[in-house]
Amino acid sequence: MTVQVPVVEQIMSANDQLAAANRARMDEANVLGLNLMASPGAGKTSLIARTVEALRGELRIGAVDGDIATTIDADRIAALGVPSVQINTGGACHLDASMLQTAFPQLPLEELDLLIIENVGNLVCPATFKLGAHRSALIASVPEGDDKPYKYPVMYRGVDALVLNKIDVRDAFDFDVDYFRQGVEPLNPGLAFFPLSCKTGKGLEAWLDWLRNEVKQYVSGNSG
Amino acid sequence: MWAFIPMHELSITESILKIALRHAEQAGAKRITRLNLVIGELSGVVGESVQFYWDMIAQDTIAAGSELNFEHVPASLRCLSCDHIFPMNGKNYNCPSCGGSRVVAAGGDDFRLESIEVEE
Repeated sequence: MTVQVPVVEQIMSANDQLAAANRARMDEANVLGLNLMASPGAGKTSLIARTVEALRGELRIGAVDGDIATTIDADRIAALGVPSVQINTGGACHLDASMLQTAFPQLPLEELDLLIIENVGNLVCPATFKLGAHRSALIASVPEGDDKPYKYPVMYRGVDALVLNKIDVRDAFDFDVDYFRQGVEPLNPGLAFFPLSCKTGKGLEAWLDWLRNEVKQYVSGNSG
Repeated sequence: MWAFIPMHELSITESILKIALRHAEQAGAKRITRLNLVIGELSGVVGESVQFYWDMIAQDTIAAGSELNFEHVPASLRCLSCDHIFPMNGKNYNCPSCGGSRVVAAGGDDFRLESIEVEE
């Protein structure tokens, strides 16, 4: 005899529970976790490098770099003197909470103010897997085109900050910033938006101010 | 070649199996014949891909040969000016009723296993 058994269980609950444990671990160490997402080549590692250089001596930063293969990104960040762990996902298109958990013991979390988690370059999958980070930021870049928020709404609507990189080549790509923003902001009222160029350095200061402020607010709220 | 298919649905499909097997065991079931899943358009999960992996990972379990039934929930938006709810599609998010541009997601995030059908 066939019977129906009610389940009503969220499929992502196992990952979500691990994400909550990751959050608790970062809170214990008093370090703000930032999940940085983007498509491949948008400038994730470049932005991390710029950020680390600019905030040296001011914020203690660590990095986790997720990639399908190689340690190119972690090596590049480690060369800047930053504690850095590479996670190779071995084909998986995203970081998940369990992967981040395995990186924690390799990092001096207690000695950090900010942990930047560089997700795998992808505009689809990372949105589905929570990591437990306190904030998330998405880097778009001008060559990708101004219509991406409409094509990848899941990714764009869940983030706290949006960086638009490579604005130095905006004219060459006919990139309409207003149209781009209209694809994000209606779903994300109050979203922090930072048009900048990692190459020229233009616009970086606003992004750095946002990070400084987020870390400051987090640290005072977490310990208070 | 498996390792190079960039699909997060494999790990998701494994989660579905784990949840279904746990509930089947609690119900004392001999076999799972059907799973009723709810997938929202904004969940980032592709039903076809889940189906693709399902037969492969379920084959040595009591869920072997079971059928996946997907209830799809479309993405919708609600206008903050006039409360009109409308489907999320096209090239902008403006309200078709009043033209307002402040909107919030009103549906389509769902991704859950609603029920399973089992043989006792």
